[in-house]
Amino acid sequence: MRLIKEKTSIDFLGPARRKIAIAVSILLVIASLASLATRGLEFGIDFTGGILLEVGYPAAANLESIRGDLAVEGYDSAQVQRFGAENVVLVRLPPQEGNVDEIRARLQKTLQAGDEGMVLRRVEFVSPQVGSELAESGALATVVALMLIFVYVMIRFQWKFSAGAVAALAHDAIVTVGFFSIFRFPFDLTVVAAVLAVIGYSLNDTVVAFDRIRENFFALRGKSAQEVMNISINEMLARTLITGITTLLVLVALLVLGGESIAPFSIALIVGVVIGTYSSIYTASATALMLNVNAQDLIEPVKDTSLIDDLP
Amino acid sequence: MNKYPAWLNTLVFAILVAGCLLALPNLYGSVPAVQIADNNGVGYEQDSLDEYVAAVERGGISPEAAYLQDGRAVLRFEAGTDLTPIGDALKDRYGRLANVAQTLAPQLPEWVRNAGLSPMSLGLDLRGGVYVLLEVDMNTAIETRMALYEQSLDDGLREAKIRHRVDLSDRSIFIRLSNADDLEAARSVIEQIDADILVSDGTDGKSLLVRMSDAQIKARQDFAIEQNITTLRNRVNQLGVAEPLVQRQGVDRIVVQLPGVQDPNEINKILTATATLEFRMVDQSGIEPGSRRYPGRPGEGAQVLKRKVVASGDQIVDASSGFSEGRPIVSINLDSAGGESMLKNTMDNLGKPMSTVFIETRREALKVGDEIEYRDIKTEEIINTATIQGIFKSKFQISGLNPGEAHDLALLLRAGALAAPVFKIDERTIGPSLGQDNIDRGFNAIKIGFLAVVLFMVVYYRAFGVIANVALLSNLVFIVAMLSLLQASLTLPGIAGIVLTVGMAVDANVLIFERIREELAAGAAPQAAINSGYEKALSSIADANITTLIAAIVLFSVGTGPIKGFAITLMLGIITSMFTAIVGTRAIVNLLFGGRKLTSVPV
Repeated sequence: MRLIKEKTSIDFLGPARRKIAIAVSILLVIASLASLATRGLEFGIDFTGGILLEVGYPAAANLESIRGDLAVEGYDSAQVQRFGAENVVLVRLPPQEGNVDEIRARLQKTLQAGDEGMVLRRVEFVSPQVGSELAESGALATVVALMLIFVYVMIRFQWKFSAGAVAALAHDAIVTVGFFSIFRFPFDLTVVAAVLAVIGYSLNDTVVAFDRIRENFFALRGKSAQEVMNISINEMLARTLITGITTLLVLVALLVLGGESIAPFSIALIVGVVIGTYSSIYTASATALMLNVNAQDLIEPVKDTSLIDDLP
Repeated sequence: MNKYPAWLNTLVFAILVAGCLLALPNLYGSVPAVQIADNNGVGYEQDSLDEYVAAVERGGISPEAAYLQDGRAVLRFEAGTDLTPIGDALKDRYGRLANVAQTLAPQLPEWVRNAGLSPMSLGLDLRGGVYVLLEVDMNTAIETRMALYEQSLDDGLREAKIRHRVDLSDRSIFIRLSNADDLEAARSVIEQIDADILVSDGTDGKSLLVRMSDAQIKARQDFAIEQNITTLRNRVNQLGVAEPLVQRQGVDRIVVQLPGVQDPNEINKILTATATLEFRMVDQSGIEPGSRRYPGRPGEGAQVLKRKVVASGDQIVDASSGFSEGRPIVSINLDSAGGESMLKNTMDNLGKPMSTVFIETRREALKVGDEIEYRDIKTEEIINTATIQGIFKSKFQISGLNPGEAHDLALLLRAGALAAPVFKIDERTIGPSLGQDNIDRGFNAIKIGFLAVVLFMVVYYRAFGVIANVALLSNLVFIVAMLSLLQASLTLPGIAGIVLTVGMAVDANVLIFERIREELAAGAAPQAAINSGYEKALSSIADANITTLIAAIVLFSVGTGPIKGFAITLMLGIITSMFTAIVGTRAIVNLLFGGRKLTSVPV
């Protein structure tokens, strides 16, 4: 079976299309950055610190009465929402005054008074200090990963490809995080992991395309860089799409079946895989092309053997 | 063409068998078990195991299996056995020397166990339990040390008959001498007490400033954290939790993981408690320098107590709670230094009153404007004041507490005091029902995701798709095998990593198969197409996987907890998939198609 016909010759990198693609990419990045700057992210307690309770009830829970019970005890800043099912409720509170053990006991008592049959499925207390450290290490991880990748691609290919790859990856990371900002999805620690996995995935795609481009620069001498890249991307199109499909298949399974707490992770990866597939076709190659990449850049320097002749 | 040498086929087969063996323990279910571990970390021998089995059998029930594992004794019982009476009986008898925990153990046959094989260990989010991140209050650790220096300097100078005044403020001790001629003598006294401490001259020619050197502060901090870890281990051992983890993290933090614990209320009281005791003489004149007024507990009078501590909590080597004349008491056993000090004190002060001070530090969050700030609240209360009736040394009893307090205090004193207070900065409790839900959902996602990919590959690549699927299945087996071998905790994000690997692992095969199709389309003969398909795709596969591996390694090195779990499965998945997708599928392809005359390739 084939998804697409055996030989495609779509002009991915023609000047007109390239302009559109670049415009779309820039627009996506600007929209993401603008949303991040103005609306920010819906940070989970991993980053903000605070208190989180996942409460299971024997039957569908009445959110209003839970909110009321908590407000009476002075917890009127509590966010109460359903979590995946009718009878599971997530209560979130900003960092509170007082002693952790006493607060936990008081919250438990309050909820128990509302419904005898309630079960605490998960309780998390995170201090704001730990939260900001986790945020820092997440940002650091992303930057370090991008730098290491730049170096690896430079060693294996050449700096113009590195620039292309990193531009594509930064694009993917920004748009994925921007998606979470625009749609107000909760942004927790697993999303940071997902963004790094997206970087890994998208890079995978990009490097495979570059590999073919390098091969074709030698095989198809005389053709322009743009033509070579276009042919290479077309040749890899089936593979890019199939891997995208199998990855999306498992991610959708994870989103639907994996439960609420892993959902932000799945969403980040789904968005990232779609964006990553697009960017490895357009952003990465277009950037390399803008930097005037050519066959010369990829020829390994001939090893100088004259030294050996001089040896006694 | 396309024949693997016999040794390579054998090797691939051997690796597959090894993978299956390592993964095998995960197929067995779990049954109730009691796990006993020595409190001092000494590994048990067969005789200890026999003793425990005999103790249980005297109670009229036989374990279904009993064995040693990593120096711990494990007694396994039939499914449905009520462990509570067995556990309690063992705890009563051995609880002071060993951590007796009720838990679940995999029902592995003996030969699997003897081969040293064990199933994957599950993280807290799958197993349920409590995770606590504690911060050690280093300031207090330094300040307590400075207070001790202050006291010994004061004592030393007095003994040397040097007239002086000492003041402690902000981590430095200020010594003012009455006579400038004593300066050198004072210096040598200080040097005798601690040669490494920093001493500098004051501005007026007859005073000295004493501070701890950076190396001393560092050593003190390391000591404080190591001591705290030991104390926390001791405390955790008394809780009866199977396989607890107490580990240093960074400069001033300690991670505590207690699998299976459901109610953090119970353990928290014990974990972060700083409750300790001090014994001080009552200053009956009320005017001695350094004396201070201490409040009494309800029903106990306040007293002015002398500055000198007769004995303190860290000198207590054993403690137990009980009743004496109907009142709860704690029996105390001091170490030799504490005993000497107590002996001298009781001899000198017969007939005079001595107080027992109960000290506790708690941290509370306070809102200052929009910021949360923390404040440490230290309570010092007299629980009992009694006249010294006779001379005693290291063994004595104290009263003045309620039964619950006496029990907790005895446990805390027995486990050793914390060298510096600890505060919770992160606490996560996962209930057992959520843990099970997470396991079920995670494995469901793996199953369905796997089936979807398998179906797609068969439809798309026919016979070669089936081969890729065999590789994919063995890849799953290898990931489980590696996780079992490394005993790295599997977490929910870890399962997500496996799911992601299932989707991405076929990529290598897609690259190869697409390449074979291209070669065929370009007019290559079937066998040659297969060969160059594998060969030409290799560099792409390697590059693609190494770059993903870079991202995974970075994630592993900076990530914490569950994130590390994701990074581990992702890394393992990348490595195992390289093997199964390249070498594994090639072996099958070669066996099926190699060396035969092909008119077409079923790809």
